[in-house]
Amino acid sequence: MSRYADNPAAVRALVRPAEVHRDVYVDAEIFDLEMKHLFANTWVFVGHDSQVPNPGDYFTTEIGRQPIVMVRHQDGEIHVLYNRCAHKGTKLVIDRTGNTGKFFRCPYHAWTYKTDGGRLGMPLRKGYDGTRLEESQSGNDLARVGGVRNYRGFVFARLSREGPDFESFFGESLSSIDNMVDRSPEGRLEVAGPPLRYMHRCNWKMLVENQTDTCHPMVAHESSAGTAVRIWEESRPAPDAPKPMAIQVIAPFMSSYEFFEKMGIRTWPNGHGHTGVHHSIHSDYSEIPGYFDQMKAAYGEDRARAILGENRHNTVYFPNIMVKGPIQQLRIFIPLAADKTLVESYIYRLVGAPDMLLERTAMYNRLINAPTSIVGHDDLEMYERAQEGLMADGLEWVNVQRLLEEDEDHDTVAVGNGTTERQMRNQFNAWVKYMTVSMKGADL
Amino acid sequence: MSVPSREDLIDFVYAEARMLDEGRFDDWLGLWAPDGYYWMPLDPDAENPKLVTALMYEDAYLRKLRVERLNGARTFSQKPRSRCHHVLQRPFIDAFDAENGVFVTTTPFHYVEARLDEQFLLAATARHELVLDGGALRIRLKRVDLLNPEAAFGNIQLFL
Repeated sequence: MSRYADNPAAVRALVRPAEVHRDVYVDAEIFDLEMKHLFANTWVFVGHDSQVPNPGDYFTTEIGRQPIVMVRHQDGEIHVLYNRCAHKGTKLVIDRTGNTGKFFRCPYHAWTYKTDGGRLGMPLRKGYDGTRLEESQSGNDLARVGGVRNYRGFVFARLSREGPDFESFFGESLSSIDNMVDRSPEGRLEVAGPPLRYMHRCNWKMLVENQTDTCHPMVAHESSAGTAVRIWEESRPAPDAPKPMAIQVIAPFMSSYEFFEKMGIRTWPNGHGHTGVHHSIHSDYSEIPGYFDQMKAAYGEDRARAILGENRHNTVYFPNIMVKGPIQQLRIFIPLAADKTLVESYIYRLVGAPDMLLERTAMYNRLINAPTSIVGHDDLEMYERAQEGLMADGLEWVNVQRLLEEDEDHDTVAVGNGTTERQMRNQFNAWVKYMTVSMKGADL
Repeated sequence: MSVPSREDLIDFVYAEARMLDEGRFDDWLGLWAPDGYYWMPLDPDAENPKLVTALMYEDAYLRKLRVERLNGARTFSQKPRSRCHHVLQRPFIDAFDAENGVFVTTTPFHYVEARLDEQFLLAATARHELVLDGGALRIRLKRVDLLNPEAAFGNIQLFL
């Protein structure tokens, strides 16, 4: 029996100011509704345009449950299309990436389409003479998503034809992507290799919430970061010996509560927010020789200092990506089922910057976010224990109360203590909005 | 030894896998040359392990960290511990440079890792670059190529 479909009041009742009902993480119907509503109504990250550098290059993915292909057309424009032949439904391309040339040719009956989705033709066309094919969906173009925006290389799409435009959905939160791109002396990023792909048997929202959970690192990661610090201290050749890159990357996970409290959290409307307003675990990396001079030459000294002085930790772009500007990393939390999430972690090269920056970025990605990462292992252990623990009937609510203020207004920008759970509350506020806005009876 | 026999090389590869399977990680750490690296690429075409994401690229410090973490009281993902099991094909000897003391073997293998009620199987190929160090064979590079490095995995917690 359906409890939540077209029942916005029931969906709203799952989110209280200080807590959320476990059904948001475990209920299969809620997951189906997220796919139908939330992932259609929001701007979802598709890919980076450097993944398709040449005309005809494509990248296949999903938005919610929808098969999608991002493709570069002959004129250089990026198009985001449903990966579905208008004829019988066959996926036009199946590889993760490839080049389709000037057109898509369906492997089933050879119907063809331009790389902007426009229909071209099919063999034995005269078999359709007089059948009024052009009046059916199949006689027309490939289906296009409701909206596409390439923002400084990052391609987002909204499935729904209606809803907020890109700028009003993301607003000032785009400053984190700006900072990441501005760190290239040429203002340009390029994807560096394939993403890490890490399967999690837990709900996707647990991962998104963890991005601004600053009370877990020193607890969950004691075994990795704590041991890393201890081995370094025992083997350090001299008290002032410079820390190797690996120590610089891992050790800050053991920072004190005070460090995380003072780092600050900023929240933006529509569920976006970031940790590391004042400083972050990325603030104390050693300088890379030659880099500042390149930045100074490109931007002037003041602007270069301002760009590099921004050390945001994790920026969540609701609903399901996280961006690390100082590391040039993007992680996407791909929902597969209520209890199954695929995490893909991409890194980018700062075009025109020294290779050593990319070396640190690649090291961060493998040491922290790989399925072989000792940091990731303990995170996944926590998520999976939570997914199992939530089945306990003794308690049905999950707490998001830390540093809750009276009458929080998530439609305004707020900056607070770095251990607040306000960003989690901000996400759930947006979750309710984009889950229910397209439901029948939403205005009631 | 001044020059190992071909059998010495093969015995070394088997003994290394046995140490991992028996959980003798401290002995295993002793098999490495001081500048040795354990490398598991994510991109099979990667030539520079540092400028593209790898699954693992670990020097002596990171290998020791991984082993010492297993002994910690709060190593949550290893309560209880994982166990592993290697089945090796006979190693190919791809290079035998006695003059420079450098020897290369390639070993296809199946790897099973188990924890609690679950286990998973990985197919992989290990390339060992071995050197003579103080008369003993030591690993300068162990490169592990998974059959499907691009696939999505859950936790892989031990060394393959």
